[in-house]
Amino acid sequence: MSDVLKIVDLHVSIGDKEILRGVNLSMTEGETHALMGPNGSGKSTLGLAIMGHPNYKCTQGEILLNGENILELEPNERARAGIFMAFQRPVAIPGVKMADFLRHATTNVRNPDRKEGEDLIPMREFRKEIKANMEQLQMDSEFARRYVNDGFSGGEMKRAEILQLAMLQPKFAILDETDSGLDADAVRLASQSINEIGHNKMGLLIITHHDKLLEHNPPNFTHVILGGRIVETGGKELAEELHAQGYDRIRKQYPEAAKVNDESEAEAEAVV
Amino acid sequence: MTPTTLTENIQLTFTDEGFAAFLQTLNEPEWLTEIRKAAWARFKELPWPSNRDEEWMRTDIRLFHLEKFFIPSARGEVATGTPVLADGVDLVGSAASCDGVASGASQFDSAMAEKGVIFGTISELLGEHGELIRKHLFQVVDGLEDRFAALHQATWTSGVFLYVPRNVCVEKPIHTFSTMTDGGCDFSHTLIVLEEGAEATVLAESNNANDAVGLHCGAIEIVVGDRGNLRYVNLQDWSQKVWHFAHQKAVIGQDTNLQWTVGALGSRLAKVNQHVSLRGKRGTCQVNGVMFTENKQHLSYHTLQHHEKPDCTSDFLYKGALQDQSRTVWRGMIKVDVEAQQTDGYQRNDNLLLSSKARADSIPGLEIEADDVRCTHGSTSGRVDEELIFYAQCRGFTRKEAIRAIVTGFFQQVFDRVTIESVREALALAISRRVRDYE
Ligand SMILES: Nc1ncnc2c1ncn2[C@@H]1O[C@H](COP(=O)(O)OP(=O)(O)OP(=O)(O)O)[C@@H](O)[C@H]1O
Ligand SMILES: [Mg+2]
Repeated sequence: MSDVLKIVDLHVSIGDKEILRGVNLSMTEGETHALMGPNGSGKSTLGLAIMGHPNYKCTQGEILLNGENILELEPNERARAGIFMAFQRPVAIPGVKMADFLRHATTNVRNPDRKEGEDLIPMREFRKEIKANMEQLQMDSEFARRYVNDGFSGGEMKRAEILQLAMLQPKFAILDETDSGLDADAVRLASQSINEIGHNKMGLLIITHHDKLLEHNPPNFTHVILGGRIVETGGKELAEELHAQGYDRIRKQYPEAAKVNDESEAEAEAVV
Repeated sequence: MTPTTLTENIQLTFTDEGFAAFLQTLNEPEWLTEIRKAAWARFKELPWPSNRDEEWMRTDIRLFHLEKFFIPSARGEVATGTPVLADGVDLVGSAASCDGVASGASQFDSAMAEKGVIFGTISELLGEHGELIRKHLFQVVDGLEDRFAALHQATWTSGVFLYVPRNVCVEKPIHTFSTMTDGGCDFSHTLIVLEEGAEATVLAESNNANDAVGLHCGAIEIVVGDRGNLRYVNLQDWSQKVWHFAHQKAVIGQDTNLQWTVGALGSRLAKVNQHVSLRGKRGTCQVNGVMFTENKQHLSYHTLQHHEKPDCTSDFLYKGALQDQSRTVWRGMIKVDVEAQQTDGYQRNDNLLLSSKARADSIPGLEIEADDVRCTHGSTSGRVDEELIFYAQCRGFTRKEAIRAIVTGFFQQVFDRVTIESVREALALAISRRVRDYE
């Protein structure tokens, strides 16, 4: 049976501000879903809530993996259950080498029952694998010796996220603007790599503002999020429409959600 | 020569009678006895430091009672500590002590001895090299500076002496290890003298059984002659019931290199003065400090980088992580004399707080009399960033594994500067073992 990730009526707050206001979405392994929406509509929030970020409180609804609610699981338990997110803004971990980080990560995700202190996957096997993946992503081998995201350029950071996707082989992957900050060639390479790594295999939730990534990974479904709610779902032609024409039609058609979105955007700007 | 040994099983108190009896056991040359007597007189006239003294404002020693201890001597039992720095290292010499008394004879490569290198315990070497020792002993540290310094100068035992003659390079490291029994004292003295163009590496460490009570009152004296090159590592990992007081000073000459790595992990309370005088042009000194504290430990480190001559570089980096209710005090001073133009001085102290009850005080300072210098200092103190923990957790790390990786990474910047692999590994292992969850 295929794996299913199902989000039911999810409400998420940061502090006492409600960001997601009843999101429903169901993904099956092998499917690609595009999640589109204007800035501040709640795309990253959804991803971070699925991963279990401690500041994102789920006040209502559930997230089900194969029918089981994962809301009580720690982020690492969710990762070990096969859920992955490529971050829009990955954080740097100074002093921790990429290779050491990934060897530990890969070991834990592949052996979900591993206890702290137990052996890591053999060095040779790991090296071979990471090397092959890095070659595919045209990453210099020096990269593995650098500290996690420390001083990485925008493009390097995104490539490093894809490398982690390749190593961890999750069932479901949320790719949060994995194409942003990349030059044209790099976008093509990233899009092709994601296609090879996960398209038609994993369940992909692709968050993007551009069209290249979806060209290489045509979505089975496109969801439009506005004001913390999925207001419309369609096929890949919906993504094409939004790329070509923007969100004017959506805003007009869903004035209430548009109002929520604008208000929270204005608030966010005021805070800044 | 008969080696001087202390009478077993007689406990001498830190009193006039005890001190007199202690001198009787030593059988030392007159000049050395005079040094001890002067210090004893000074010890008696000085008060214990109190919170009215600038350096002791944050360090409370009211619970320290010297009466509970006895002048260092073999107490009949021997503790076996667990040295870690020399693991897998090809050594050229080693010395070990327990309760300030040499445990067994020191080892030293005879080929090195033939080149004129001298290494061993001071008491062993006094007979043959008395004049040389006399020339340097208590010339670098000021043994009369405060009450602990005076106490050390009066009653120190188990000193080690390393002397490397002109242009001789001791390639392999020398290792020294001190331990204590429960209730014991370690008053070890280290004297390292590198003549012009000499090179050496010394790995010094101290530890004892987990719950053992003890007192360390020590001093380190280092002289690096012109063009000399010394790597000195000092790992303090006493039990958390040991009082640790130390004065440590290096004087380095022209075109020298000193790399001094400090691991401050142990002790109940530590008060350490680390002082480097750059006394020749173009001397360079790099200090790499790693502090990790837990429970109720209190570690107070005071560094002084004193530029006396032009064109020198000093670079002091201390990083600390604090768990539970522990506390660190780091007070750094760059002092630049009027003639020390073109000084490049750097000092930094970064702290990672692993608990809301831990506290790190950083007090950087500059005292600059020359007008054409570059001196920078800085300090930071903060908690482990939750976003980093979350990111690692999203990659399958448990919270504890994430914190451990982040804390070890925090220290990596210091480890990266340490050029001795066994030292890097021992420090990283000691730290990652200590990191518990984050409260
Ligand atoms: N930590 C936070 N504290 C307060 N508000 C937040 C926080 N994170 C996000 N928000 C708010 O939540 C709303 C949704 O943000 P989110 O990052 O999910 O948007 P997004 O759809 O990913 O936007 P973008 O396309 O710009 O990446 C915004 O109004 C934002 O200001
Ligand atoms: Mg976003």
